[in-house]
Amino acid sequence: MTLFGKKMTAATRTGGGNGIDPARVIHFTFDGVRYPAHPGDTLAAALLANGQRLVGRSFKYHRPRGVLSAGPEEPNALMELRTGARREPNSRATVTEVYDGLEACSQNRWPSLRMDALGVNGLFSPIFTAGFYYKTFMWPAPFWEKVYEPLIRRAAGLGRAADEADPDLYEKATTFCDVLVVGSGPAGLAAALAAGQSGARVVLCEQDSVTGGRLRAERNELDGVPGWQWARQAMDSLRQMPEVRIMTRTCVFGAYDGGTYGALERVADHVATPAAGQPRQRLWRIVAGRCIVASGGIERPMVFPGNDRPGIMLAGAVRTYINRFGVVPGRRAVIHTNNDDGLRTAMDLVHAGAVVAAIVDTRDTETALARQVAQESGARLFTGGAIAATYGRLGVHAAAIRDRSGRVRHVPCDLIAMSGGWNPELSLTTHHGAKPSYNAELCAFVPTTFPPGMQAAGVANGAFTTADCLREGARQGQDAAAACGFAAEPPALPVVDAESYGIVSLQPLPHDQSGKDGKAFIDFQNDVTARDVKLAALEGFRSVEHLKRYTTLGMATDQGKTANVNGLVQLAQQTGRSIAQTGTTMFRPPVQPVAIGAVAGAHTGTHFRPDRLTPTHEWARQQGAVFTANGIWHRAQWFAQPGEGHWRDTVNREVRTVRTAVGFCDVTTLGKIDIQGPDAATFLERLYVNGWQKLPVGRARYGLMLREDGFAFDDGTTARLGPQHYVMTTTTAHAGTVMQHMELCHQWLWPELDVHFISVTDEWAQLAIAGPRSREVLRHVVDPDFDLSHEAFGYMGAADITICGGQAARLFRLSFSGELAFELAVPARYGDALARLLMKVGAPYGITPYGTEALGVMRIEKGHPAGPELNGQTTAHDLGMGQMLSSRKDFIGRTMAMRPALTDAARPTLVGLRPVNPSDELVAGSHLLPRGAEPTGAHDQGWISSAAWSPTLDGWIALGFLSNGPARHGETIMVHNPLADSVIAATVGSPIFLDPEGARLHV
Amino acid sequence: MRLNCPCCGPRGVEEFTYRGDATVRRPAPDAAASDWVDYVYLRDNPAGWHRELWYHAAGCHAWLVVTRDTRTHEIADVARAVDIARQDRENAGS
Repeated sequence: MTLFGKKMTAATRTGGGNGIDPARVIHFTFDGVRYPAHPGDTLAAALLANGQRLVGRSFKYHRPRGVLSAGPEEPNALMELRTGARREPNSRATVTEVYDGLEACSQNRWPSLRMDALGVNGLFSPIFTAGFYYKTFMWPAPFWEKVYEPLIRRAAGLGRAADEADPDLYEKATTFCDVLVVGSGPAGLAAALAAGQSGARVVLCEQDSVTGGRLRAERNELDGVPGWQWARQAMDSLRQMPEVRIMTRTCVFGAYDGGTYGALERVADHVATPAAGQPRQRLWRIVAGRCIVASGGIERPMVFPGNDRPGIMLAGAVRTYINRFGVVPGRRAVIHTNNDDGLRTAMDLVHAGAVVAAIVDTRDTETALARQVAQESGARLFTGGAIAATYGRLGVHAAAIRDRSGRVRHVPCDLIAMSGGWNPELSLTTHHGAKPSYNAELCAFVPTTFPPGMQAAGVANGAFTTADCLREGARQGQDAAAACGFAAEPPALPVVDAESYGIVSLQPLPHDQSGKDGKAFIDFQNDVTARDVKLAALEGFRSVEHLKRYTTLGMATDQGKTANVNGLVQLAQQTGRSIAQTGTTMFRPPVQPVAIGAVAGAHTGTHFRPDRLTPTHEWARQQGAVFTANGIWHRAQWFAQPGEGHWRDTVNREVRTVRTAVGFCDVTTLGKIDIQGPDAATFLERLYVNGWQKLPVGRARYGLMLREDGFAFDDGTTARLGPQHYVMTTTTAHAGTVMQHMELCHQWLWPELDVHFISVTDEWAQLAIAGPRSREVLRHVVDPDFDLSHEAFGYMGAADITICGGQAARLFRLSFSGELAFELAVPARYGDALARLLMKVGAPYGITPYGTEALGVMRIEKGHPAGPELNGQTTAHDLGMGQMLSSRKDFIGRTMAMRPALTDAARPTLVGLRPVNPSDELVAGSHLLPRGAEPTGAHDQGWISSAAWSPTLDGWIALGFLSNGPARHGETIMVHNPLADSVIAATVGSPIFLDPEGARLHV
Repeated sequence: MRLNCPCCGPRGVEEFTYRGDATVRRPAPDAAASDWVDYVYLRDNPAGWHRELWYHAAGCHAWLVVTRDTRTHEIADVARAVDIARQDRENAGS
């Protein structure tokens, strides 16, 4: 075998290649070695051109593997590309464009590609059979986590992801068209031409960097010019059409509902780093009236012992490397085929200067084409023959061919081009659940039912000759345009030579599957052999879906694109069923791998969701406020002053200042809904549990809303500003859902009510000014003609006023703090100015801004429920508001709220709690238990919802829900905090800790 | 999925909020407790055509009654809920 040493696999460029620029040389590295390439090369083409047949190790047995295909279906040539933060594993070398400086690294090998320690797995292959994981790692059970899983994780897996954050940008975009054409081979081009000529908006997506599809891979002529030149002319015509958009490097990966398609555009994968501001990839949503799937086909490998050595390739891929890239993948070839298409490879090889040693045609009858090709190529023809074994550790160097009579001959070769026929690439047509059907004449599954708006053309639709592809593409393009209302003329189609396919049956699988002549692989990526499928079938895995999961056939990055049909042929053979009866597995999106980064798009880090800022945000930032997230709102949590060591010092000061002097707080985040119309009061009556008909103009009222199931939904105050004009406030959290609820009530439940409403949350900045001196401060702001006195503008008053000499504003006498307090609303653009003004005019009164923390402490001191109490599981009764439920009107939740279980006194009901030992801290989430009870679920009587240190009462206070709560004021109970494993004693009381009579409010 | 909003035209599903069954209607306030339990809790889960309430949250704020095949996501009709509700009132009144 010395004859077939290194020389044979030396650089083999033809000097041609329709897809490369042979005049320019660029360089890349593979496993640290620098190699030349030409612009237009894929990494696989460039590796082959440099004689690098061995490119990776297989997943399970770590067998040496080479390039199998020339497209996205590649199972073997998976690489780590780039380094550092941009390192990306499992990249298919067959679709990776080489750029100057590209760094590629083989994966799944240690210490090196040629010397792989885990290649020893091959010796243990008898145990790595179908269902290996299920059979081997079952017991002893504790071994799974401690021994098996870490071992498997170290040995298995393909490439390594980057350890650092991805530095590149990704973005999402949407486009609309009448006709989406997927694929730019002869069918796709003809379809785009036909549809484009009609004036329809056409988007043509090609996953490759160049258009033309198989026309670039073959030597056939269209109208007397090479196919790729005709394709270029067709592209020129398409570019003249203003409504046609051509998107290369764009893979349509999914068909979704309503004519929506997902596509991934590899914007800057073919350069070292994206240009400034340029995304690496762009995720497209394409909305199309019609979609023509012209995605071509994928060739099936032949299944024979030792069919996985480097140098054994798909026949169509061999032609691609010769004709598109000017790379001859071998010097002395054997062709192994079951159809005429594979035979053509022999002529292309000879034309490129290679020797074809043998043609192994598994068909029983010698065809005219086979005879002719053998004659012209000088190859020995083995009709009805098969390859029985192959030789060569790191690359094939000979084949053992068994002829029809059973005699075996050794044929030296460094390339085996195999063709088991073609499968239509119909994945997109099955994304809505359609099952393709088996066409016995083509020996392939073809699409027969389609998602709405989709059709297929060319090889994807079972049209296997160039002439049929062109004809069908044109017709489908015309039909699609017509369906969108555009009359299309049939385009002039080029003249092409007749082609034969001549497949008669799917390849019978190797007779001897004992493995003594080497494993016959079906799935190269997952190392699934014909024997594994046979074993699985013998063990009862008769369904293709079960077979897939048991053997891993068809899993991982290539999703079995080259393996699935061969797998089910074997399964059909083993189970005595036809291929049609056996069926195929379901294809789901994405057709090709899509990086999570592209799916996330720009929604990463702080862009994950928008920031919503209050009108006083910038001012608060200047004050040194600490902010807290409240949904997407950012709110000032507290305003620390110099010398305050702990945040609680700050909060205590803010609370004390409000309780003794005055403070203010931005409450803009509360939802504000403006409600107008003759039936506004009736509408409010139905939304809230309490009555609204008698609320006078100029007054506000607290209201509680329920859900229809009787549980509390939201609360807030609503003020009546005019006879038919109300303004409602909601909690910050439910501003959106309350609006949605009101829309439903108005549009669906009570359309007869004459009422209109709109959210004005963003229109008004609203500041709460609270404290005994708040009125004095406001006198400096509110225009003097408005009487602020308690007599003229009492508690719960509401008014349209003017401030600062004529500026319209709204003033409410509302108090969440329990102090004399106002809420002043101004147009949002004046919120910042108002905060600065209050600081200035309030300074003599000792004014302080306060944040959400102080707000929370004060509302707990006053027993006002908030988010932790309105948690969706509490009723009006639980909140101590059962008496608010009006019995004189209908309202949302009324009937269900009256259910006995929801008003049962034994339900946990709102109470106030204080620790018996003043130094004990109360913690929200703690469980409430009767005194002396074991802290178990059986004794659980409630929980603490909110807790705070009260500077006013100088101790811990909490709100909680306790079974039979109102009847137990004065009782001592136990508070169990399972996180701290603590149990402390606490006294039950009223939830209103401060000023239960409301004396501070009415001044 | 796309919904053809009667006010805004065809829009992507991400603009809408799903609520659920549009065939159940709120009982009269004095209806039997069992009617209320049905209305609040019980829903059919049909395989096939279904009428559902959707809200055009990122659009016109209209509630819509969408007639959808739950097996295929085919949309047969999108109507404004308010029009259907008014029509129902008229039918009930006449």
